[in-house]
Parts: sequence; C-alpha cells; structure tokens
Amino acid sequence: MKINIKHVAQLANLKLTAEEEKTFEKQLGEVLEYVSQLDKVNTEKIEPIGHITGLENVGREDVAAPSLTQEDAIGQAAKIHNGFVAVDAIFDENDE
Amino acid sequence: MMDITDLTIKDASSLLTSKEVKAEELAKAFLERTISLNKKLNSFITVTEDEALEQARKVDELIADKQPLSPLAGIPIGLKDLFSTKGTKTTAASKVLENYIPPYDATVVTKLRDANAVFIGKTNLDAFAHGSSGENSDFGHTRNPYDLERVPGGSSSGSATSVAASQVLAATATDTGGSIRLPASFCNLVGIKPTYGRVSRYGIIAMASSLDAIGHLTKTVYDNALMLNVTAGKDEMDATTSPNKPDDYVSEIEKGVDGVKIGLPKEYFKDLKGDVKDLIMKAVKKLESLGAKVEEISLPNTEYGIATYYIIQPSEVSSNLARYDGIRFGNRRTSFGAEAKRRIMLGTFTLSSGYYDAYYLKAMKVRRLMREDFTKSFHEVDVIIAPTSPTPPFKIGEKMSDPLSMYLSDIFTPTINLAGVPSLNVPCGFLDGLPMGMQIIGPDFSEKLLYQVGHAYEQETKWYEKKPKID
Amino acid sequence: MIDDYEVIIGLEIHVELKTQSKMFCSCSAEYFGEKPNTHTCPVCLGLPGAMPVANLLAIQYSQMLGMAVNCDNPLNTKFDRKNYFYPDLPKGFQISQYDLPFSQNGFTNISIKSDKGIKSIKRIGITRAHLEEDTGKLTHATVDGKKVTLIDYNRSSVPLLEIVSEPDMRSAEEAKAYAQKIHQIVRYIGISDADMEEGSMRIEPNVSLCSRNNKNTTNNTNNKLPSYKVELKNINSFKFAEKAINFEIKRQAEILDRGETPIQETRGWNENKNETVSQRSKEEAHDYRYFPEPDIPPFVFAKKYIDGLKAKIPELPDAKLERFQKDYQLSEYDAEILTRDIEMADYFDEATKAGKEADLTPKQIANVIINKKPDIGKILPATLVKDIKASSQKATVNQNDLNKAVEEVISENKKAAEDYMSGKENILMFLVGQVMRKLEGKADANEVKEALIKELKK
Repeated sequence: MKINIKHVAQLANLKLTAEEEKTFEKQLGEVLEYVSQLDKVNTEKIEPIGHITGLENVGREDVAAPSLTQEDAIGQAAKIHNGFVAVDAIFDENDE
Repeated sequence: MMDITDLTIKDASSLLTSKEVKAEELAKAFLERTISLNKKLNSFITVTEDEALEQARKVDELIADKQPLSPLAGIPIGLKDLFSTKGTKTTAASKVLENYIPPYDATVVTKLRDANAVFIGKTNLDAFAHGSSGENSDFGHTRNPYDLERVPGGSSSGSATSVAASQVLAATATDTGGSIRLPASFCNLVGIKPTYGRVSRYGIIAMASSLDAIGHLTKTVYDNALMLNVTAGKDEMDATTSPNKPDDYVSEIEKGVDGVKIGLPKEYFKDLKGDVKDLIMKAVKKLESLGAKVEEISLPNTEYGIATYYIIQPSEVSSNLARYDGIRFGNRRTSFGAEAKRRIMLGTFTLSSGYYDAYYLKAMKVRRLMREDFTKSFHEVDVIIAPTSPTPPFKIGEKMSDPLSMYLSDIFTPTINLAGVPSLNVPCGFLDGLPMGMQIIGPDFSEKLLYQVGHAYEQETKWYEKKPKID
Repeated sequence: MIDDYEVIIGLEIHVELKTQSKMFCSCSAEYFGEKPNTHTCPVCLGLPGAMPVANLLAIQYSQMLGMAVNCDNPLNTKFDRKNYFYPDLPKGFQISQYDLPFSQNGFTNISIKSDKGIKSIKRIGITRAHLEEDTGKLTHATVDGKKVTLIDYNRSSVPLLEIVSEPDMRSAEEAKAYAQKIHQIVRYIGISDADMEEGSMRIEPNVSLCSRNNKNTTNNTNNKLPSYKVELKNINSFKFAEKAINFEIKRQAEILDRGETPIQETRGWNENKNETVSQRSKEEAHDYRYFPEPDIPPFVFAKKYIDGLKAKIPELPDAKLERFQKDYQLSEYDAEILTRDIEMADYFDEATKAGKEADLTPKQIANVIINKKPDIGKILPATLVKDIKASSQKATVNQNDLNKAVEEVISENKKAAEDYMSGKENILMFLVGQVMRKLEGKADANEVKEALIKELKK
C-alpha cells in the first residue's frame, strides 16, 4: 500500500518534516499491510455495526442555559482583540 | 501514624469515620509520599496540594458535623490527566496542552468532588492516551514501581504507578484498547473497563469516541466497586451513556462463584507462553475449587481484533484531534508528538475518499462479528477469563523504535473495547517478581458479577498484599 | 454569446432554525447583536472532552421543512462528521448528515413568467434537507497595522438546515423565485426568521453553462451536466443572488466563447464592485472524510410519529393561494400579494371573518389591505374592518357625480389629457388630484383613476 503522504498531511493539517514524511510513509505502510488481513473476513452480508449501545433518539429538549463568561471562553486563546479571538488574516482582499 | 502503603479505600474510610485519622492528616501523608516519590516514578504531571488540603479539611468539617458521607469522602485519589478539571491544568501529557486550564469539570470529576474525594493531582500517561507503555508522554515516561527499569503499562501509566506505589488509594483512567487493564496487569492492580456507556465520557479528552471507556484503578476489587458506585450512571451531557440504573456494586460482592460458568476462549490461550498460561490456569482452578464451572469456548474473530482496532481507533483519533489548532487554547499542531501524528496520518488516510469502504466501513463490519462472538458466548457462559497481557511488563525503550510491535503488545485487550462489554483485570500472581493479571469479561452491564468473581478469587490469593519495594 | 449556452443552476440554501438553544449544547441560539464570545460553552467552543447532545426541536423543525417541500422523511437517520479545517470551525469537523438525512427527494413549484408575460408553473427538485451546526463568524480587521481575522463563536453550533436543490433552474430569475419560495415556506411553518441580512438565511447558487450546440441535446439537461460548477457565496439578498448569477453567466459565457472551461471554484459576490471574485482561500483540497458521529446515537422514527408531525404542518403558500382565489373570489394577483407572507395571510383570514358580519366582501377588504397597506402589526383585523365600514359609508360618491367631475377635469385640463395620451403616464396622478379636489376628497383614489382612464381612452 503506497500512501500519498503529502496529500494526507495536507488533509490532516499537519506540517511534516521531510524526515517525518519518510518515516511515516514506511510505518503507515507496515500498519496498512498488517490490517489488510481483514480482507480475509467475508463481510458480504454484514451490516456495519454503528452504535454498539443500541441506543436511539437520545437528545435534549430545547431549553437554553447560561454560557461561559467571555473570559472563561476565550481567555486562553493565543490572540484576543476586543472580545474576539484573532488569527492571522485568512481572507484575501476580495472579501473586503 | 499507620503505614499508608497498607491502606485500602475501605480501611481508610473506616479510619476517617471512626475519627482515628483526620482527612487532613491522611491527605498530608499521601501528598508527602506523592511528592517525594515523584522524581523517581514520574507518575504525576501536576500535584494539587492546596486543593487536596482544602478538600480534606472540608471532609473533617463534615465528619465533625456528623454529616452522612460517601465511602470516598476524604480518600486521596489521582486523576488521569485526560480528565478536565476546572481551574487545574489538564495536559493529556501532550505539549499541545501543556498550559491548558479547562473552564469546566468532567462529569466524573464532578461526581468525585460531590463524593468529597481528595484530589492529589493529575497523573501521567501516554500523550492523548496513545500507547501501551507510558513512554509516549511528552513529560517523560513513568516507571513501574515493581521494577523501575520497566514500563508500568499504558496509557494510564501514571494512574497505575501512583496506586501501586501508594501515592493515592485510587486513580481514574480511560481504556480505549486496554489502557486500564494493561497497566493494571503490569502493576498488580485491579482495573475496570466498564461497559461502553456505563460511565460518562463528558469532559474527558477523547481518544476514539466509539471505544473509550472510563474506569479506574485500585488495589482491591472491593475498592474498585466503591469507585464505580460513584462514577457510573446516565449523564445528560453524554448521549451514549446508558439510561439503565447502575447496580450497587458493593452490596453483594461476597456472593461467591458457586455455579458461575466460566468460559476460556481457546483463541486467547493457543499461543500463550507456558508460564503465563500456567499462572492463569492456576487462577481458573482456584475459582473452580470455589464452585465455578469451567468450559472452553471460541471467539472465532479474535485474530482480527488488532487489525480492526488499528483502523477504527486512528480514524476516530484523526477526527478528535482536529480541534487542536492552537487558536482557542493550547499550542499549534506542530507540537503533537510522533505517535499522535502517526495516528492522525493513519486515520486521515483510512477515512479518505476512495479508502473509506475498504478500511473504516470494513472494520465496522468485522466489529459487528466480534460483538456477536461475545453475545453468543454469553448464552453459554456467565463470564470469560482471558489473559490481559501475553507478557509481564517489558523494559523501558524495548519497543519504542517499532510502532507495530508496540501495537501488537496489546493483543488481548482491544477486542473487548470493540465488543463494548466490560472487563475487569485482577492480579493473578508474579513471574520473576513481575506482576501479571487476568481479565474477567462479562456481558453488557455485568460489572456486579465481575466484581463478585474477582473478589472471590482475590480473597483466596491476596496478591495486593505484595507491595513494591521502592522506598 | 450567452444565447449559445443553457444555464444550469442549483441552489444550496442554509437556514438557521429558530430554537431557544443551540444544536448540540444549551447555549442561547439568539446571538445576533450580542457581545462576541458570550454565548459559548465547552461544546460549541470544541474544548477537549466536550460532547454534543442533539436538540430535538431542531430535528422536528428540519423534518417539517422536508414535509413542506414534499420530501420523504426517512425513518432511519443519523448524524455524521464532516472533517475539514477552517478557523470558524472549532472542532475541526462539522456535525452534519451524510447519507441518511432527515428529508430527501422532494420538490417545490415556482411560478415563472415568460418574456411574453405568460405565467407557468415549474417544478424544482429538492435533493435533500439535512441538519447541521453553524460555524463561528469571521470578520476581519487591521490590528496594530496587521491584517487579522476575528472569530466570534456565538454562532457556532446554532442549528442550520441545508436545503439542496437539483440543478433545475435555468435563469437567475428562476433561482430567485425558488429562493423566495423556500423563504416563504420556511416562514410559513415558523422554523426560522430567514433574514437574509442578518444571515439567518444564506443562498449559495451553483452556476454552470453548457453549450446548446451539443449534437445530442435533449430536453433532459441532467444527462449532460457541465464538467465544472462555480459556487457563489457572500449573497445577502435575493437581489444580489440574481445579480451575482447574471454576472456569473456572462463571465462563464465569455470564457467558454474563448474555447476554455471555467475553473471549478468558489466565488464571492462583491457588492461594491458588482462582480464575483474568486475566493482562493477556500480552494483547499476537499475530502470531508465523512463518518458516523460516534457521540450521537442514531435517530429512528416511527411512521406514526412522522404522520403526526405532518398533521402539524400549517396550510402552505400554494394551497393558501388557491383557497384565497376560490373561497374569497380574489384575483390571482391579489391572492398572491396576500399570501406572500404568513402574517399577512393570517391577518386577511381573520379580517374576512369580521368582515362577514359587517357585510364587507373579502374583495373589499383585500383592496384596502393591498392599496392602503395598514400596519397589520398594530391594527387588529376587527378594527380594520370597522374602519373600512365607517369610511365606505361616508366616502362613496355616486357614479354620476364621479363621471361628471371626470369630464369636467378633462375638459379643463386639455393639455394634461393630451400629454397622458402621448405616453406621459405620470401626469395621471395630477388629474386624479383635480378630480378629488372637485369631489372634496369623498371618492376613492383608485376608483377615480379607473374612471379617468376609461374616459380618456374613449
């Protein structure tokens, strides 16, 4: 099994070093090789299991409850501005 | 004062209620031991001394006030550092969260607070619970108190070591593929992986959501049942918790095993090393002598356990770890350790377009077969006994260079998570001075029965009396 | 040339549901105008360990919308995780629905006018309507000379219903009519304010063109969908939807004329420049890696429950339009105006009841509501009826007096009458004013207008 490691890293939002890419490519290949033994199991008529609890329809009534304070909510953000969490600009000029 | 290394929760609780010992004294004694041993063992990431003393003093007030108290009141416990604690750093043993302070408590933490347990601190683990040895912690590995050169097992490494070394009387833990039972086996402890959905996961940093079970480690079966009495139950914040009312796990714990049918799954024993097998068979014989009936059974899909697990688990991990982006809290994704990155990469791949059916979907089908293996077996037998680990604790560093061999060290535990059923690790002796455990597995919500079986065996053997020599 | 191409448009419409609490937590869902990051909790912030619990009312609302647009409501449903990274998405995944949504395979009819003004009904297929959670809101600013993006998580996890149409629309007008129809239905069943400016309804058209010169052209364009589509965002009014689509049609036609194929991309409507602009930042690899949400057990419904919910759906616009024409003897034009908005329709229904006792015809009441636009939020239907009755008793002028006044005014203002006849239509209002003055304001302006036109065209 050959993995497109760069593509997967991009999907995973991980910045890998060239060395990590090499190591992971090899190690993931080995793991995938190992898990390929599942091919031996005949699952033609088997439904995937879904939730093992067998529970259904678990939800909540529509009732609002107090929220966190602004300080508790975002006090640990790397950057804060006027009660907003701030990150480096992600828009291009066209969105202005 | 007494030797605290001899204490169990049961003993300590009666000392407190009979006013022979004050909760504050007890807390101080355990804190002192925790702090003095931590350099050697590295079982704690954070020690919460002030909070512990405050909680203890409150218990003393309640006792003076003759208030009714939980058996956990004043009991020093450790919390695996995956359990969110309001106002106390919760790191998951990862650099990503090295300064993260949750603004809320996990439900289990709230329940333990309400029971007036005393929090000694947050215990070490494999970062994000990824590991079987404790070596994947970003804050250094934890040592096994029975042999400092060996691993305590993981991922609940610090929880196991802290209880075995009597730094606390119990510690919370999580078990996604064996992370409670394996360290329990390696550290001569009782560890419960409850039925999936028996204990709330809310507020506990998720590893693989469909597999994570929340349990704890103690020295004795009785203590373990006391803890589950507090933590089990429906939580409105966790939609996967069972609405069934939990049993009282303690009240009939001495019922014995007369007539209990024990199944021995042949797949778990066929390649087992002679001495390990002998140890477990000796334990089974003991239970037989107490009135249990033993028969061989088959769980035919066992061999696919690890493969299935290493598809489902990393897939869910990759999604659960997506929130760590360094924006609202914590550090950036570059701070993930190698194991987290490896699992994120693996899981991202197995869920990706064109591969989902071949991996995740296929695994979820095989998972159904595995659960069916167990449900079928439980028509024939009441409980299943199997080894927890194929070997005693291994040496630190022994398996770090080869992830696959590390994954394969955990062959007997993940299948039980895939099936969702409960399993209790109970110590069953020593090999060359190193602890070994066995797991007692039951049908959904049979924790009460598991404790009865475990307790019956433990009363005959009392392996917990064999303390590590670390002082 | 634009005429060489057939326009293919599908719409994704997002509607925020009007619930008290959010989709997966108990934070208040009423975030508009609130201080940033004050309606959040561990769940909607995606803090470690937090878990979602679904809002049952939001599920009901989403099924009701499905019913109102003729969807099937599957009995077996579930939530899934849609995995992607964006700073407005705290968990790194959005809880949505992939293969088992609450509603699917529906349609709604829109009324369209041909160039010659002939009305016809067109059926727009609705692929599905699924429930998900909204994201945080991004704005941008310059802080200390540096461009930053600001995030407010108050909107994070507000229930969001996504209604996906088939690519059945062939023009911007049709797309607009469809969007307005969905807006109308959503407001009829009362599940959302659907306010485009506040963002509680968002329209994302997918636009592409395909050549008519294709030899195998058939009526069924679904068989030959273009190889690309362009998704349009940042649209906060029906008017902009129309403008953006028309701009896009022109842009794509020009590219195709050159023998090139437009790039598949997301483009934002820039209302200052009046054009769509590529949003390159959103162009990252799309592979959402959907899998069933392990934290939320599936939702399985009994047929009885679905039927019970269906019974709760109020009378919908099309049915109301028909009833108003049939029962109240209204023109289609009048009935359409009165049923456009549920509040107006209900008001009219109420007023006709009161009108019956006061001997007023529905038509009389309709005229007043349509022409005089009373404030229906303030005047009770019964009060309105009383007012109409009172004014009709004093204001009626007999037909002879009216005709006389009209004739006089025309002969007194020959120049104005000629101007009108030569096409200066707005001079009419001057003449109406003259007649009204003669009759001391006792006539109905519309009646005067009609009488004038009649006389002038003799």
